[in-house]
Amino acid sequence: MIGRSLLRLLPQIVSLLALIGLVSVFFPTFLQIDFSDGRLVGPMIDIVKRGAPVALLAVGMTLVIATRGIDLSVGTVMAICGAAAAWAVSSGYGTVPSLILALLVGLAAGLWNGILVSVIGIQPIVATLILMTAGRGIAQLITEGRILTFSDPDFATIGSGTLFGVPFPVVLWLLTGIGFALMMRWTALGLLIESVGINRRASALIGINARVLLIAVYMASGLCAAIAGLVVTADIRGADANNAGLWLELDAILAVVIGGNSLLGGRFSITASILGAMIIQTIDTGILLAGFPSEYNLVIKAVLVLTILVVQSPNLSAQWLWARQALARRRALRDEAAPQSGPRMTERPVPESEVSR
Amino acid sequence: MTINTRLYPLLATIAIFVIAYALSYTQFPAMLSTRVVGNLLTDNAYLGIVAVGMTIVILSGGIDLSVGSVIAFSGVFIAVVLRETSLHPLMVFALLLVLSTAFGAAMGGIIHWLAMPSFIVTLAGMFLARGAAYMLTIDSVPIAHPFYDLLQGAYWLMPGKGRLTLIGVAMLLTVAVGALIAHRTRFGASVFALGGGEQAARLMGAKVGRTTVMIYAFSGFMAGLSGIVFSIYTGSGYPLATVGTELTAIAAVVIGGTILTGGAGYVVGTLFGVLTMGLIQTYIVFDGSLSSWWTKIVIGLLLLLFILLQKGLLRLSQSRISAGHA
Repeated sequence: MIGRSLLRLLPQIVSLLALIGLVSVFFPTFLQIDFSDGRLVGPMIDIVKRGAPVALLAVGMTLVIATRGIDLSVGTVMAICGAAAAWAVSSGYGTVPSLILALLVGLAAGLWNGILVSVIGIQPIVATLILMTAGRGIAQLITEGRILTFSDPDFATIGSGTLFGVPFPVVLWLLTGIGFALMMRWTALGLLIESVGINRRASALIGINARVLLIAVYMASGLCAAIAGLVVTADIRGADANNAGLWLELDAILAVVIGGNSLLGGRFSITASILGAMIIQTIDTGILLAGFPSEYNLVIKAVLVLTILVVQSPNLSAQWLWARQALARRRALRDEAAPQSGPRMTERPVPESEVSR
Repeated sequence: MTINTRLYPLLATIAIFVIAYALSYTQFPAMLSTRVVGNLLTDNAYLGIVAVGMTIVILSGGIDLSVGSVIAFSGVFIAVVLRETSLHPLMVFALLLVLSTAFGAAMGGIIHWLAMPSFIVTLAGMFLARGAAYMLTIDSVPIAHPFYDLLQGAYWLMPGKGRLTLIGVAMLLTVAVGALIAHRTRFGASVFALGGGEQAARLMGAKVGRTTVMIYAFSGFMAGLSGIVFSIYTGSGYPLATVGTELTAIAAVVIGGTILTGGAGYVVGTLFGVLTMGLIQTYIVFDGSLSSWWTKIVIGLLLLLFILLQKGLLRLSQSRISAGHA
């Protein structure tokens, strides 16, 4: 069981290790971790901390993508939730109520997306595009176009505090990731989500309430976005309606895809998506640490991402399978030419359609 | 009344634009002046052109997220090449269009032959093009060339002192050409077929691989053209320009009545989608008291309205078809 899931994560782990090796060549102290002022410091710690928003978003995005959907609104939801929390805190509602308000706003945003997708039946990419476009306006409405700052030390802890030396954002994404992963795998939820993603109609026929499940999945994504929004807002002690979470939805989707999850839904792995998020952050931070001029960041990132994706491409692996099967077939033919002792029907003829897909 | 139900979204788009314009006119009579009309065309020229390419991509059931970055790259490329060399701008335009078309074609090739989703491939293309723009320069580079002054100064003074600029006309021409290509050529038919389903398109005899490459090459060409227009409009190249334009273009296409799953829509609708979005901005400028963030909220609501409208129409036409079979 553990061996199998490790095998599933192998491409991501290898990619991550290769990247870490690559960066270490340029920046020898990359793996060094110190303990000072009661907190862990080092480039790796920096990566897991800075990767927190994308890792959090990737958790929710994985579930959405597993249902064959996509959530473009998460970056905007981050901004709205951050703005809501900052507004509540600076209006004197106390830290905990403000945080709860932000999470509720995230859930509400997810509910909206979920209803559009599952009840009204709008294509997920368009349904979430609506909130993505309108949401920044809503966030600006809350902050009245300014950067809403606050000075609440408890709130700021979420972004810059530590727990047993570990930065708090890291604790948050670890807990969120583990929580969702356990919820998916210890119950049948994960299986049901995969089933809806593969064939919604068939799932409905066997009695899965796809409608409610879809809404729940988008609400989970909204919740993750809300947590990510809190982290970003607490980190800079201010809500920036324009830039909070800007284009992070794309990074989150990329993380899920690098994690080997198909955009066509079905089987998913939250752990792999989080590894994908860490791969992206390692690329981002690594390029800077390796001393490349920052102008080169995006090009290097694009090339690395493309390489990882091409290596994982379904067609390449199909061709690899095809080559192996062709080899096996040739071998079987040779065996057949020899004395007819070997089992003849072991080699299943491969239909052309399977190979060319 | 035997209007094709497929025409309903297009008619709805045009009707909403006309009604919105009429409402604005009753509040601000100056809205109908040729000045406003001219500016509406000029200000949205680059968006209109890139949206034509996006329409073709969406009609085929795909998506192209790279166009905003390609526009920015185009502006920077033109500005830097004009600064560093003594090439004539027309020569630079030709070079750029070859580059952006090849870039689009390469993405189309990857999408088809590696069987990767267009969303992800063009997302990587978006990073790549933006990154390439950064590599050329990270500053805003002004374009100072007599030919550019000529292009910027080229307009036809309409009655009422409105200026019908060269880039505004360029957009209208592009829409016309795009409509011809989409609705009157073999390539266009293949695009629609592909939007209906790859399997069906193949059975119909469309060359799926070639069509896919051509679709993204076309979108790349349009993005390049839009970049040229944008550089004429702003008179500079800036690598941070037009961030998020791809999503604005997609929104314009959807408001224009094209269905995002592909296979149904009109290029002319996209023009009205762009103009409707431009109208909202113009109205907010005229009003003066509304904040700019209302633009985003109203565009979001419009998107919702159009999608619901399409849903309703689709259900209507489907029930009519099933009624016909009964």
